[in-house]
Amino acid sequence: MVDLAVVDLSRLQFALTALYHFLFVPLTLGLSFMLVIMESIYVMTRRPIWRTITRFWGTIFGINFVLGVATGLTMEFQFGMNWSYYSHYVGDIFGAPLAIEGLMAFFMEATFVGLMFFGWDKLKPHAHLFVTFLVALGTNLSALWILVANGWMQNPVGAAFNPDTMRMEVTDFMAVIFNPVAQAKFVHTVSAGYVCAAVVVLGISAFYLLKGKHRGFAKRSMTVAAAFGLLSSLSVVVLGDESGYALTDNQKMKLAALEAMWHTEEAPAGLTLIGFPSLEDRKTHAEIKIPYVLGLIATRSVDRPVEGILSLVAVAEDRIERGVVAYDALERIKANPQDMEARGQFETVRNDLGYGLLLKRYVEDPRLATPEQIKEAAWFTVPNVPVMFWAFRFMAGIGVLMIGLFGTAFVLCTLRKHDTKWFLMLAVAAIPLPWIAIEAGWILAEVGRQPWAVEGVLPTFLGASSLTVAQLWTTIVCFTLLYGVLAVVEVGLILRTIKKGPFAEQEAREAEASTEGEPAVV
Amino acid sequence: MELLLDYTTLRLIWWGLLGVLLIGFALTDGFDMGVGALLPFVAKTDEERRMVINTIGATWEGNQVWFIVGGAAIFAAWPQVYAVSFSGFYLAMFLVLSALILRPVSFKYRSKRPEARWRSMWDWGLFVGSFVPALVFGVAVGNVLMGAPFRLTSDLRSFYEGSLLGLFTPFTLICGLLSVSMLVLHGAAWLSVKGEEGVVLKRARAIGTVAAVASLVLFAIGGAMVAFGDMGFRITGVVDTAGASNPLRTAVEAAPGAWMDNYGRYPWMIIAPVLGFAGAAIGLLGMWRKSAALAFGGSSASAVGIISTVGLSMFPFILPSSINAQSSLTVWNASSSHLTLFIMLIVVVVFLPFVLLYTAWVYKVLWGRSTEAELKTNPDLY
Repeated sequence: MVDLAVVDLSRLQFALTALYHFLFVPLTLGLSFMLVIMESIYVMTRRPIWRTITRFWGTIFGINFVLGVATGLTMEFQFGMNWSYYSHYVGDIFGAPLAIEGLMAFFMEATFVGLMFFGWDKLKPHAHLFVTFLVALGTNLSALWILVANGWMQNPVGAAFNPDTMRMEVTDFMAVIFNPVAQAKFVHTVSAGYVCAAVVVLGISAFYLLKGKHRGFAKRSMTVAAAFGLLSSLSVVVLGDESGYALTDNQKMKLAALEAMWHTEEAPAGLTLIGFPSLEDRKTHAEIKIPYVLGLIATRSVDRPVEGILSLVAVAEDRIERGVVAYDALERIKANPQDMEARGQFETVRNDLGYGLLLKRYVEDPRLATPEQIKEAAWFTVPNVPVMFWAFRFMAGIGVLMIGLFGTAFVLCTLRKHDTKWFLMLAVAAIPLPWIAIEAGWILAEVGRQPWAVEGVLPTFLGASSLTVAQLWTTIVCFTLLYGVLAVVEVGLILRTIKKGPFAEQEAREAEASTEGEPAVV
Repeated sequence: MELLLDYTTLRLIWWGLLGVLLIGFALTDGFDMGVGALLPFVAKTDEERRMVINTIGATWEGNQVWFIVGGAAIFAAWPQVYAVSFSGFYLAMFLVLSALILRPVSFKYRSKRPEARWRSMWDWGLFVGSFVPALVFGVAVGNVLMGAPFRLTSDLRSFYEGSLLGLFTPFTLICGLLSVSMLVLHGAAWLSVKGEEGVVLKRARAIGTVAAVASLVLFAIGGAMVAFGDMGFRITGVVDTAGASNPLRTAVEAAPGAWMDNYGRYPWMIIAPVLGFAGAAIGLLGMWRKSAALAFGGSSASAVGIISTVGLSMFPFILPSSINAQSSLTVWNASSSHLTLFIMLIVVVVFLPFVLLYTAWVYKVLWGRSTEAELKTNPDLY
């Protein structure tokens, strides 16, 4: 039987390390492209201020980038370390995008990032710009392949279970790459990263303007951030990944859970603006609804209903019952690989095997499950509704605020009113917001996928390695300490860089030159 | 769908590619690790240390990707190997991981503040981030040669029955020290290519000489223990080289001395250990004669030879089990599906040449020795 304490700790560790990793990645994604924009202006105008601007934000990029790389290693190791049955079960499909990410994207990003920092004097300006562009391209391609992998967990297309190898195997690789869930996720996630970087550049520039320091530098940086941020914040919301929510049972469940929609909504469904979902009585209290909106977003129509949690649980119950049949056929194939009758039967119900495996939480052999256990397992397919409901509202609420922030910034920059004090204070205060939205979005996507590691294929609790509680506590405590120290150092160094300002290097050189020059003057 | 290459051939190619990626890692990131491990001992003042760090400062990041891609390629092409080894060696992997997390931040953060204590802290971070992985990788390879204590259930779920300390036996420690000396030699050779001639290089050559001798001795002792010790496995039944990837369908037994079988069957394989010895000897000569080309060529050849020796001796085994021989993972029973191996091969054939080309270009742009004089004029350096 699976040790649920090990499963819970493994999930805790994965969540902690992934949330931490994802503090650095969005800034890397966005800032890399902002560097390309800033350096392009330098190459076109050849004005030294734009070189200073690029190099200053490049320094911030570098401090942030290494921690993203360092914590990314953990993510790659962890599938094998903590989720070894998952790795065996879906490695045939899931491993490929990770390997392609390394070969196609990460090699490019990591090879050129050194040249980006060290090649200023060794390359002509346009060649250096091209190197910066390749870093940005590599970073963003990296995100594409990671989200192809993640998208497959949400919507496992192009693969089938092979009873001879006891795992999922690829049947259509193009379907894995062009998975609509992955494509939507990619656009949504990188746009969120662009917003994050724009907020950071906007906020730090606003801080300088409030202090009356580095004004020429800050105004220019702010203008770039305003334009880039406005486009990206529109793209995050408009190209949100809700379009994928009609695809699979789990995606439908995710939509129902984040809306806390217990009963199926007749077309066109209304959107719950706010309310208090309760797990005990399976109701949402004091809800305020906006008619039509959900139907439009989720089904892109006015005539299709949006399914509620209760009816999706009924669907899950049927699939669990067929899953038990699949499990039985699989056991007979294992006992005798030549049993053609069992293989024939397995073919008819193979897509429900994962639902049968859900019962392993309650009973060693799913064939011995009682009707009550099947019912319990069916309800287990509902993710944590209040968490989903609130995570979505934080994420979407901040998303809308961001459009307002950058809309205002864009207008002010266009009118050359960079010094509007109330707005500058607002821009500084807004710095933490994109991170809250991004982490809430991650929680939404991954808590919403539960109880599945791979939707309908492999329950999360079966994916864990056969480790001990002591081993897990050791690594969780050490990770927390190590990551905690590094976070403090990183924030300290970024603040130090901001305090020194963009001209520190130049000032140091001038100071040196003037002391060397002094004797001649005297 | 009929694929261009049959399953057996693809499995062989991917076994070879696994070797290529591991060797790529040892040759590139290997000298970064060697330099990192040498840092506190060959360079004493801040200027000396900065000169040493800047021999690898701009390129270590790309080099490390060989390791990341190696890990991801094992995941994609040999998922069961990835699953069993990473979860089985759990705490050892965690140790490597923590050390590897320290490394990038040490490079980047060291130069951000001038205080001596701050810098010395990150110098030791670089040392730990280089020495610990080098040692643990060697110990891990030693354990792979001996077989790991895991068994697979009929669902192919793996259970591991060992502990962290159990990984450290006399033989595996010899493997760990061999790995350290091999990479320290390689790092010393890199410094003689890229570092400034002077007291630092003198110290590096002295340590490099010791490392070359240690490599020769440890490789010989390790080899003798493999040949005459209680080590080795053999497939007893018929093998379907194109069969389904299910380890439980292969009959395997422990057979002391069996790791030498391949050299009788395929005498050409002797090239690998010969290269391991000859490379280290040439590296030693390079240290004595102060020839950067001999030193680096020799240390590279030695790493290629030593790693190939392990792979060829064990073929077709990848990860045997010491407690349940039946569960052993081989080239013929632990790979991805035929289609995945084929697609991934196309990806490698398309992208690896690009990677090699632009990596070469970056090295060319950054060509030239790292000097203490340059530290004063170039504000971008670490």
